[in-house]
Amino acid sequence: MKRVGIPKGLYYYKYSTLWEAFFRNLDADVIVSDTTNKKILTNGSNTCVSEACIPIKAYFGHVMELIGKVDYIFMPRFTSVAKKQYICPEVCGVTDMIRNSVKELPKIIDTEINLRESPKNSWHAALYTGEFLTGDRKKISSAYKEALNEYKSKRRALKFADTEFGATPEKNKLTIAIIGHSYTVYDTFLNMELTKKLNKYGADVVTLDMLDYLVSKDSCKELDKQFFWDYGTRAYGGAVQLIKSGRIDGILALTSFGCGVDSFVDELVENKIRKESDIPFMKLVLDEHSAEAGFLTRLEAFIDMIVRRRDNDFYISTSGKHLYNC
Amino acid sequence: MIFTFPHLGNTYIIAKSFLDDFGAEYVVPPLNSDKTLEVGLKYCAEAHCLPFKLFVGNMVQAYEMGADTMLITGGCGPCRLGYFGEMLKKQAQDIGINMDLITLEVPDQGLKELASRIRRVSGTSNVLNIARVINSAKNIAVRLDSLEHLAREKRAVQRVRGSVDKIYQGFQRDILNVKGSEQIEKLIKDIEIALNQVDVNMDLKPLRVGIVGEIFTTIEPYANFSVEKMLGEMGVMVTRPVTVSGWIINEMVKKRLPFLKDSKHEEAAKKYMPHMVGGHAQHTVGNSVLNALHGYDGVIHLYPLGCMPEIVSQAILPRIEEDYGIPIMTVIRDEMTGEAGFATRVEAFIDLLKKRRDEHLNEQSKMLYGN
Repeated sequence: MKRVGIPKGLYYYKYSTLWEAFFRNLDADVIVSDTTNKKILTNGSNTCVSEACIPIKAYFGHVMELIGKVDYIFMPRFTSVAKKQYICPEVCGVTDMIRNSVKELPKIIDTEINLRESPKNSWHAALYTGEFLTGDRKKISSAYKEALNEYKSKRRALKFADTEFGATPEKNKLTIAIIGHSYTVYDTFLNMELTKKLNKYGADVVTLDMLDYLVSKDSCKELDKQFFWDYGTRAYGGAVQLIKSGRIDGILALTSFGCGVDSFVDELVENKIRKESDIPFMKLVLDEHSAEAGFLTRLEAFIDMIVRRRDNDFYISTSGKHLYNC
Repeated sequence: MIFTFPHLGNTYIIAKSFLDDFGAEYVVPPLNSDKTLEVGLKYCAEAHCLPFKLFVGNMVQAYEMGADTMLITGGCGPCRLGYFGEMLKKQAQDIGINMDLITLEVPDQGLKELASRIRRVSGTSNVLNIARVINSAKNIAVRLDSLEHLAREKRAVQRVRGSVDKIYQGFQRDILNVKGSEQIEKLIKDIEIALNQVDVNMDLKPLRVGIVGEIFTTIEPYANFSVEKMLGEMGVMVTRPVTVSGWIINEMVKKRLPFLKDSKHEEAAKKYMPHMVGGHAQHTVGNSVLNALHGYDGVIHLYPLGCMPEIVSQAILPRIEEDYGIPIMTVIRDEMTGEAGFATRVEAFIDLLKKRRDEHLNEQSKMLYGN
């Protein structure tokens, strides 16, 4: 049985079900690297150029973690995941970066995923990937179809969560939306368990994947020029949806230091939110020097501010008076 | 309508010829300086890249001179440049100035939209006339690049230090006073003749260094502390494969005609970077390989902080360094970079190249060169 390693970083967080199921259906032994930890990140940032963003560095670490344990490493080369859209250049080039800076790599399955021109390319990508493991086209085809079904049903389940969230607003329950790339929002080490922390404060969390992509795409039509980044469409359209829903108490933008896409997208998103709503907005920047205490302080202050504002509305005490009606 | 445009090396001369020929009114913003950057920084978020900050600076300075419409080029690659137009519009609103943006690119709405944008600039819908003007602007771009090339070559071997730059600076001063593509072309020709008459020492065998990297930082003298001049005065022959005319011809005209495209660098980069990742990353990798194959002494890689495509190529360059035995130095520029620190690094790099060449001449290559 051939051992296929999948680094647990970048788009793994989006397509994990699809990839794992696909390789399992092809009778491969799927080995996923551990969830990011300190060792992985340190290893990664020691190998990677220092200018890259933190998810890329973590991805380096994940790949190195798999060396020696697997026969193949699945490192797809993402160019585009939607029509007329691109992925960030660093994610596009991460396979080349790793190939040229890490020595003694196992065989790389470097499938190109480019759905810019046609969604059919996804099947070509599956075929290319499958041929590393078996020559049987029929098997690849059925493995791909099954994996796709599994992936779609899981995505539907995630969507279902969307209709659930905040349906019965409880008095003390908050709903916080996190706008960010899937690889920072779901990587619990990089974001220092942001979701868990928010839950502890009694807040429900909404991520961009819970929102309808097609609605997002439609909402972006109000821009003069459409984003050519997939994330831009999701984030901006997502922000429009969040504002419209009227059920969001606060929005956090999670970004990594040096993220070029975010430097533009987040600014437009922030502008939109501040102009068209009064939802509190905060930007959190992550890098390998982020300290948990500072992170927590900001988060607590943000939550406190939301709670106080909700309870006291715009009642601001005049000098010498107590703010609270106690 | 009074037009303006951001600075990128000598492109203002191309824009000038373009607008002169249409008889449009325009202002040339002051050449990039610390002041420009300061203005840009005031209004930009820290994470924006240096070219964008300078573009904002140009926009504000041009506005103060009376401009109300800015021309920029665009694209739809994964690099941030493609979204500059939108962001500049937003920035102008935030600052509170009235500035219209016209992006010269093929937009989502198709060629018709581009035609209507050009019509706004030209004021005429005579296709022949427009084509003629665009063609002569393209010719100016080609001529300018060959002029810059000539200046770089002469600078490395000039007998009297500064003699090339005396002529070249005169050119930059005079160009603002001439109008129209014909006169500009004539001036360029005169300068070419003057440069060819500079007293040179042909016995010198100057070091040859290639400059690769992000297009703005490599071309705009303010962004790279006039590195070409700095190196030329040290007696180094500099080559810069990415040029404005090359960009116009390859990316704007021949984009739809792949068989005409110059793809030497793509071939050379194939082993390291088989697919494009946006920006000029493939050029950087490919041209570094080509420089090594053509026997260059070293390569300098420049890019502004946070430039995504160039981060990818930076990770690949050490492998090329190893495979071909060519020293490559990466220098990253942002608003905090000091000129003295930059000059020190460049000087040290050139010293290393000199020493390395001497050792090679004595057939005893003992030098360690690092990455």
